[in-house]
Amino acid sequence: MRIALAATCIADAMFPQAPRAVVTLLERLGHEVVFPAGQACCGQMHVNTGYLADAVPVVQNHVRTFAPVTDGEWDAVVVPSGSCTGSIRHQQAMVLERAGLHSEARAAAAVAERTYEFSELLVDVLGVTDVGAWFPHRVTYHPTCHSLRMLGVGDKPERLLRAVEGLELVPLAEAEGCCGFGGTFALKNADTSEAMLQDKVATVVDTGAEVLTAGDWSCLMHINGGLSRGGTGVRPMHLAEILASTRESPTVPSGPGSDSVRTGTEVAR
Amino acid sequence: MTDAKAEILSRIRAALGSEEDSAGTAGAVPREYRSAGEHAPGSAAVLALLIDRLEDYKAHVHRTAPAEIPALLARLIAERSAERQEVGSSNYRSPDVLPTTPEAGGRRSVVVPSGLEPGWLSGLAGVDVRTDSRDAPLSAAELDETDAVVTAARVAVAETGTIVLDGEPDQGRRAISLVPDVHVCVVRTDQVVQTVPEAVRLLGTDPGRPLTWISGPSATSDIELERVEGVHGPRTLHVVLVS
Amino acid sequence: MSTFLGMPSARTGRGPSPSAAPDTLAGVGRPEDPLHWGASFPDAAKAALDNDQLRRNLGKATSTIRTKRARVVDEVPDWEALRDTGSAVKTDVMARLPELLEELERNVTARGGVVHWARDAAEANRIVASLVREKETDEVVKVKSMATQEIGLNEALAEEGIAAVETDLAELIVQLADDMPSHILVPAIHRNRTEIRDIFLERMADAPPDLTDVPRELAMAARAHLRRKFLSAKVAISGANFAVADTGTLAVVESEGNGRMCLTLPETLITVMGIEKLVPTFDDLEVFLQLLPRSSTGERMNPYTSMWTGVTPGDGPQEFHLVLLDNGRTKVLADEAGRSALNCIRCSACLNVCPVYERVGGHAYGSVYPGPIGAILTPQLTGEQSDLPYASTLCGACYEVCPVKIDIPSILVELRAREVSLTAGSSGDTADRVWSAAMKAASFAMADGARFRRAARVPRLLRAISRNGVIKRLPFPGSLWTRSRDLMEPPKQTFRDWWAGREEQR
Repeated sequence: MRIALAATCIADAMFPQAPRAVVTLLERLGHEVVFPAGQACCGQMHVNTGYLADAVPVVQNHVRTFAPVTDGEWDAVVVPSGSCTGSIRHQQAMVLERAGLHSEARAAAAVAERTYEFSELLVDVLGVTDVGAWFPHRVTYHPTCHSLRMLGVGDKPERLLRAVEGLELVPLAEAEGCCGFGGTFALKNADTSEAMLQDKVATVVDTGAEVLTAGDWSCLMHINGGLSRGGTGVRPMHLAEILASTRESPTVPSGPGSDSVRTGTEVAR
Repeated sequence: MTDAKAEILSRIRAALGSEEDSAGTAGAVPREYRSAGEHAPGSAAVLALLIDRLEDYKAHVHRTAPAEIPALLARLIAERSAERQEVGSSNYRSPDVLPTTPEAGGRRSVVVPSGLEPGWLSGLAGVDVRTDSRDAPLSAAELDETDAVVTAARVAVAETGTIVLDGEPDQGRRAISLVPDVHVCVVRTDQVVQTVPEAVRLLGTDPGRPLTWISGPSATSDIELERVEGVHGPRTLHVVLVS
Repeated sequence: MSTFLGMPSARTGRGPSPSAAPDTLAGVGRPEDPLHWGASFPDAAKAALDNDQLRRNLGKATSTIRTKRARVVDEVPDWEALRDTGSAVKTDVMARLPELLEELERNVTARGGVVHWARDAAEANRIVASLVREKETDEVVKVKSMATQEIGLNEALAEEGIAAVETDLAELIVQLADDMPSHILVPAIHRNRTEIRDIFLERMADAPPDLTDVPRELAMAARAHLRRKFLSAKVAISGANFAVADTGTLAVVESEGNGRMCLTLPETLITVMGIEKLVPTFDDLEVFLQLLPRSSTGERMNPYTSMWTGVTPGDGPQEFHLVLLDNGRTKVLADEAGRSALNCIRCSACLNVCPVYERVGGHAYGSVYPGPIGAILTPQLTGEQSDLPYASTLCGACYEVCPVKIDIPSILVELRAREVSLTAGSSGDTADRVWSAAMKAASFAMADGARFRRAARVPRLLRAISRNGVIKRLPFPGSLWTRSRDLMEPPKQTFRDWWAGREEQR
């Protein structure tokens, strides 16, 4: 398959290890990955903060960039984020429609139809749950709100994790509870966000896991902010980073800085 | 038409704009839910379900044959003192904080609606039976001094553990099944349906009757979500299932 | 409370802290406007978060009811079909509201009831007060009702010398403590048993002096207190859960029997009901009587549901008045995007699953309608600017449980857009201007791949202030993050720079 990668703005700038792991894994599975250079952001931040007019050019850029998927240039678009996929699927057309851009709204819906969150792509489109990964660590999984409720990914991420050789998946208490990030919520309602984070951090620590994983680096960034401040030693990793890890080129959960987390790609090259 | 009515209706029409005419046809409402259960009314499965649900909400269920009803009712009315004692000895205050108490150790009293099957009461020796009807109602104070009430029912819903009274002469005015502290409700097994829609369709034949849906004794969960059975309504509910 | 995060030991920090114990009895008082009172949401939330007792009470209560709800919903095989119908029926009601209201009025009137229309709170209060005065009584008993809370009926009656006695246990607790409800279904959810015992002892004249804090004993004290009021009241006031247009039937769903007492014993019954509470047909009740109890109390069915149609000679109140209330509802109806907030059947399931409500409680919302539904309903009812649409992480838990499928997260986003457009025209405060400028700048940078390529390199500059791969302090507004959270240092190379390099090597 020829798969276009929407890296997401936050991972592109802050957590490149996640999209890099997506590339590593998909290529290992025999697929071709394309990174359309025109991409920037899906517009979610603007939409969820209420700046719908400012979201329009951002959404237009996304739709324009990924429109070739509707002509068959690529078979699918993959996004390593539940909330960005959710925004693409449930908000982009609405934003354009409200701006009176009806044909662009239809184009957005058509792109969204061929856009998949990372675990959806693997399980639903590519039909794999065992991706041949090896990751001998104790891991707990936080189902992010948008992957869980906007997309309904269900237990796909856990099925992928359970198939990883050597991985011990430990259940997270109150797993479905929001971590308190909510984009600008973390700043506009900082105290409430912190209270939610405090509870999430406590449940993560209680699992005794070395690694916390999720399908969204935005939520991981938030939870890790608390894990790191508390000196807990729990390492955050995107689901893709774990699935990219193999015996031959293992991903090592090390220090908190992104550059110190070695992806399989880097070791292999 | 009052000014207020005219203005509210005109605000609504303005709010809806042209949509009022086009939208809202009855056909647009999907009805994919179950309109009936898989078990027939009065079947063993439905009865088992009803009993389970009633007992889950701390109602007392008694199965009996028609001939046994008088003896059973006599026992249930008499039992009340024993229950009081038991309740009083548990860690909850005995109900003597109530403003009214029946004659201590004296005759039990029971109110019945005028249309109740008279034969059911034949076992109530030594009990003060007070008959109530819309034409000759007992006062609220009189009801408050009555120990128990016996009524029939219109329909029962197994899945939710509910009995419904519709105010017909064998069930009586709403107040009689409310004020006395013990409610004994006699339900024929053929009146037991599995689902809520079956009951609503049945009640819908006379929707204007005053309806009381009862699922267990009165209860509150207002204090720390801890369920306490028995607040203002009858604190004891007996359901007598007759087949 | 410390905002220190993360260490397991932080949990012990959540224990009781006697020094910080607030005056347990003092309520928040009765506000002038029940739809808009108190501090801003962030400030009120902060105060609530600092109250350890409140957080424990809320955490315990919401988790209990969440568990109960999930259990009884799971056992219904056609739950999703019921939600679909419930949602469609209410949408149909809103589209046909004028004809259905007139149909209801005709049917109630035909059965001996009297229908009144009230444009706003003041008009509704005037109608009720004059009806009560006609009966020459100075005390009425009340069934718990959100509509009468919303219009401040008790306070309006008090001004007329009429005492309105709340008879729902939780409403009684709230009323005795001069407090406001903090939950739609469990108004005293913010109180624990000990606080309630203290409130009864101090403010309920006939409370037994040796009252303990056992819930059963507290409930029995309330029973004794209210019993003589029920038996003597001439007038009762209620709300309504449903009104059936095609029969004129009203329905009240309750648990304690206080509703039955009020609806049955007094000679006169006055029901105040929002105009959106309609269902078209009697059969529609079969849907809502399944959806409501399981969603609200987590029971298969609530202990008592009363249905009455006008006046039944010889049984129950012989005089019945129905007050149909607008009070902002037509404003909500006018907004196509937000209209479905009127579909709400006040089950409160969205409060119980909301991670924000669970932490801060109902008073932080400054409205009788708290939680997710309050965050969309309150600003629409008042039409005022509000910070409530931002009081959510958009986690979607509310939408998932809503029995009538109100897409609360999407409406929150719509209302945020409305807030932005309301502030855009005005001068706005500094924060608004900063946000607006930041969003404009981000929009520019994120609308083009080449521009974003450069913008994405900017965070790298933060590496200068990182230690061991971690940034501990940022200037404002980043300080709102770093005051309690670390930030991982940005990478040396963005993803797209890495990709470009890889492509070159090929």
